Amino acid sequence: MVIVMTGVATIVFFITRIIPADPVGAILGGNAPIELVDKMRAELGLDKPIHEQFIDYVVGIFHGDFGHSLVTKKPILEDIFTFLPATMELAIVAMFFAIIIGIISGAFSAVKRNSIVDHATRVFSIMGVALPVFWLGLILLFFLYFKADLFPGGGRHSLFIFPEKITGLVLLDAIICRDWDTFKDALHHIILPAFVLGYAHAALISRIKRASMLDVLQQDYIRTARAKGLGKRVVIFRHALRNSLIPVVTVIGVSFGDLLGGAVLTETIFSWPGLGRYLVNALLVLDYPAITGGTLFIAFVYSLANLLVDISYAVLDPRMQN
Amino acid sequence: MEGYRGDLLDVSNLRVFFHTYRGTIKALNGVELWLNQGERLGIVGESGCGKSVTSLAFMQLIEQPGEMTGGRIMFDNKELNTLTEKELDSVRGKDMATIFQEPVSALNPVLKVGFQIGENIKRIKPKASKREVREETANMLELVGLDSKRISGFYPHELSGGMAQRVMIAMALSSSPKLLIADEPTSALDVTIQAQILELLEELVEKMNYSAILITHDMGVAAEFCDKIAVMYAGNTVEYTTVEEIFNNPVHPYAKGLFKAVPKVGQTSELETIAGEVPDLVNPPSGCRFHPRCSHTKPICKDGFPPLQELSPGHFVACYLYGDEDSK
Repeated sequence: MVIVMTGVATIVFFITRIIPADPVGAILGGNAPIELVDKMRAELGLDKPIHEQFIDYVVGIFHGDFGHSLVTKKPILEDIFTFLPATMELAIVAMFFAIIIGIISGAFSAVKRNSIVDHATRVFSIMGVALPVFWLGLILLFFLYFKADLFPGGGRHSLFIFPEKITGLVLLDAIICRDWDTFKDALHHIILPAFVLGYAHAALISRIKRASMLDVLQQDYIRTARAKGLGKRVVIFRHALRNSLIPVVTVIGVSFGDLLGGAVLTETIFSWPGLGRYLVNALLVLDYPAITGGTLFIAFVYSLANLLVDISYAVLDPRMQN
Repeated sequence: MEGYRGDLLDVSNLRVFFHTYRGTIKALNGVELWLNQGERLGIVGESGCGKSVTSLAFMQLIEQPGEMTGGRIMFDNKELNTLTEKELDSVRGKDMATIFQEPVSALNPVLKVGFQIGENIKRIKPKASKREVREETANMLELVGLDSKRISGFYPHELSGGMAQRVMIAMALSSSPKLLIADEPTSALDVTIQAQILELLEELVEKMNYSAILITHDMGVAAEFCDKIAVMYAGNTVEYTTVEEIFNNPVHPYAKGLFKAVPKVGQTSELETIAGEVPDLVNPPSGCRFHPRCSHTKPICKDGFPPLQELSPGHFVACYLYGDEDSK
């Protein structure tokens, strides 16, 4: 994990520096006097040779200092902690959607192979992979918010609600404070964006689950279980479900990273104040420290998710414990 | 069972087809078998002759694209092919238990061995407490010669092939079945282990007086273990008799060839083989499926399907070379 993080930090740092654009120009505008530009450069440390900048940067990271945002002037870490919880919350709920829908539909369609349920699931998954998020998001907003007014149009909660801030995850904070009105309101707000974000992943998980379940159902030990006279349901739940979860867990790990980084469009459509939007804004003004810091953080959470995946392998499959 | 050939099992005209893209594989084409209580039957034949499919059909575990298209399986006064899945579940593993070929892959890799045996015990005695199940599991493991304390906490991948097969045996016998089916129980194991497992199986079957079916292509194993032998060829029972009779006096041309092809100690001459190949079961030969390889083929062999007839008391053969003068 340390190696991965070092790699990510290095690559992101150099990519941002390779971009043939000048952040100082982006901040001050094209007509700024040359003295001001030079002063700004020196302030940001951009006048130093690139390897010195890199060393400064790495040393900073080890001190927990990701630099200051060129735009908000606040430390990057502070900015990230302001925006990350919203993204985390959205990604977690979306993942939850994706896992529940994906595993149930995938397992069902494998067990009832070539039935109506199976065909319906396959249509559902192909749509999930094919429909672009922005299209689906806008369509759902148009019908469910604008036309039917069943869901709110965006944001994490209604304007007049001021949730307590403990972890920054509104839903979790509401549970901790037993503030059920806020919880309901936030849940109502998160359903649509989480569904839009999670749909493609639900589809993917469903496909993988179906394939691995079909594979497991053909294994010798399933035949043994049937020969023992265990009922079909027991065979599926006890002998097939867990065994076919292993490839699914891999996909879940990758998906989670994708959800974090890919929330950008969803966050924009649903005015979700998350890290994705923060990063897009940072990119537009070439806010170097924000870009590198934000990317590094997403990579960190992502590799943390994959660490959890590796641990869960061992739980699911005793053969991997060595 | 009154009115049947065997008082435990009577299989007649069993047909199983597999529907594939290449065409319909006529895997079993009228298998005839029967068994009395306490008897041990060996089913022998080349690979692909339908031995394993037969045993799966007994359990009614033929999966898609396979299908049992005809015949009748009477077992313990029940016509298995007419039972519902639920009724079958009370036969499987309880009255009829199977030991499969590949012990390691026949055990669930993510569940502990003790659990997989206990699961069977729990099903047969639903009222048993956790402790009783554990004790019974331990007893079964000891019975097959394993250290129950150690082994029951193991996962299948931590076992050797021989140990895994012992576990399978413990699992199968934990329900004291009326019929034990062993489908090539030793073919995936080392030769030295093979002998141990067979010895164990024989000892246990002897001790508890089980009825058993042993599926094998190893004539030596069959001779040692069985009372009766059914020789199968390309989805048919071609000869069925006692073990002494089949070794001393095989009559079907295929059975004769099969027993000549068994090497004997001290044999110096070259081993005899049966000419030709196993037929393609999508387009099997007409009439007797053995006729293209048979050296005594008569015109009727190509047209007629020879029925299994009693040549001498207890000795059945499906061949036109024997029997009524009319059919010669």
